[in-house]
Amino acid sequence: MTRRLLQAVAVIWAAFTLSFVILYLLPGDAALNRLGAAEGGITATPAEVAAVRAEYGLDDPLVVQYGKRLWAATHGDFGKSVMTGDDATGLVFDALPSTLEIAAAGLVLAVLFGGGLAVLGTYTRHRWLGNLLLSLPPLGVSLPQFWVGLVLIQIFSFQLRLLPALGTDGFAALILPGITIGLPTGAIIGQVLAKSLRTQLAEPYVEIVLAKGASRARVHFGHALRNAALPALTLVGVVAGNLLAGTVVTETLFSRDGIGRLTAFAVNSQDIPVVQAVIVLSAFFFVTINLVVDLIYPLLDPRLAGRVTRKAVAAGA
Amino acid sequence: MPDTRTRTRTLVRSPGLLVSYAVLVFALLAAVAPGLFTDQDPIAGVPAERLRGPGAAHLFGTDETGRDVFARVVHGAALSLWATLLAVLVSLVAGSALGLLAGFRGGWLDSLVMRFVDVLQAVPSILLSLALVTALGFGTTNVAIAVGVSNLAVFARLMRSEVLRVRTGVFVEAARASGVRWRGVLGRHVLPNSLGPVLVLATVTLGVAVLEVSALSFLGFGATPPTPEWGSLVAGGRGFLATAWWMTTFPGLTVAAVVLATNRVSRALDERGEA
Repeated sequence: MTRRLLQAVAVIWAAFTLSFVILYLLPGDAALNRLGAAEGGITATPAEVAAVRAEYGLDDPLVVQYGKRLWAATHGDFGKSVMTGDDATGLVFDALPSTLEIAAAGLVLAVLFGGGLAVLGTYTRHRWLGNLLLSLPPLGVSLPQFWVGLVLIQIFSFQLRLLPALGTDGFAALILPGITIGLPTGAIIGQVLAKSLRTQLAEPYVEIVLAKGASRARVHFGHALRNAALPALTLVGVVAGNLLAGTVVTETLFSRDGIGRLTAFAVNSQDIPVVQAVIVLSAFFFVTINLVVDLIYPLLDPRLAGRVTRKAVAAGA
Repeated sequence: MPDTRTRTRTLVRSPGLLVSYAVLVFALLAAVAPGLFTDQDPIAGVPAERLRGPGAAHLFGTDETGRDVFARVVHGAALSLWATLLAVLVSLVAGSALGLLAGFRGGWLDSLVMRFVDVLQAVPSILLSLALVTALGFGTTNVAIAVGVSNLAVFARLMRSEVLRVRTGVFVEAARASGVRWRGVLGRHVLPNSLGPVLVLATVTLGVAVLEVSALSFLGFGATPPTPEWGSLVAGGRGFLATAWWMTTFPGLTVAAVVLATNRVSRALDERGEA
């Protein structure tokens, strides 16, 4: 456990370092231009520019800059937004609840549709239907997310006038963004689950359960699906990354506040502190989710718990 | 290697694959010689013809300044496909170079390179490319480089494992024993023998790259208007969803068709490689 925690901390530190290298070393004076324009307009005098540089610590030697920023980051301080002057960390946390909402909506829809397609596609006895259902997930990963969202708005908001196209409030406002963000995730879940269901259905135990008189449905849902769903849990990390990535396009499309829109906005205005806060905090969430999965997994699969204990015993001896 | 006849037969038997090849050929032709498909100007519009629906005169309709959407999609192919190819090239060359170095040199260099690759994979690829775009600035080339860098980790990993596999081959030992220098072994034996799976990965990445490049272009980080690019074309039609559905639908369908075709072709290549 300590080792896992250390690894998690190392990943977050690495994400910080990578974002520092990209954002503070690469840009030449992009940030400075931004600062100059924001503070004093395009007519900023050299003295003003120098003052801004000093304020942001851009004149210190790189090692010092890195050290200072890392120290601040460990206290949750990534600097102030170049655009608004607000605390970058605060901006990210303010945007978090709204993003969690659509990520949750997307996850629910993705599991329902992706899982549904995989289960039905492998269950049906009509070959054509199975092929049709199972061909949908590969199609889902090929569609541009930004376009899917627009088509949904076009049909359900403008033609049928069923659902709102914009906004953050209400359950109805969550449906279209949920579908948009959940589509690629659902497609991945569908593909992986269908594959592992097929593997399970080819196992000898299926024959035995059938021979003992269980119905096909019982075998499919009670045995194969249960066994196939467990490996799908390892996808949680991939799914979380996918949902997070999807927020950038989805929130922009539906004009919803959230981390994705904040990121798009920050990139647009080259707001370096905010971009870095988003990157490091997303690495943090990512690592936390994976840690939680690691902890839950042995509870669901007792064989793993046994292995861990044995390993621990061996290590302790 | 199947002969031409069996290859033709597989193509006839899977019309989907045939259509996919056709889509890619058309897209490439549009990128190289847009004049073949349309003689309308993609930049200068005819104000009298603004917001016309799709029809014989304008296959994909016209936009708010009277520009032919089909002409803009055709002329956008060059930039969009160039950015995609550049992105994959960056991933392929930089990723393979890192993997080759790590797998071949081993030791602390191996650890260093692989830790770097770990870090690249710790951040979701769209955030990584967005950070790179923030630093490098906007524009099609920068978007392509950003997408390329954000995808290179997989290439480095694959290349490294391939090199480690090939390195232990008898022919490599034989070459070493007969006095070939390491650099010669690397160029003549290790590289050609480890490249196959990496190239297949490159074709798989093409589809991903089309999507990522057009998404960044949709967000407004690509070419500056009025230069047409597939992603920014869709973005340009956003304000006209209720009145001019064709402005977003057709450019979007074009991206989807190209991605589907690329994925289908790369799957076929993958299966042939495995067979």
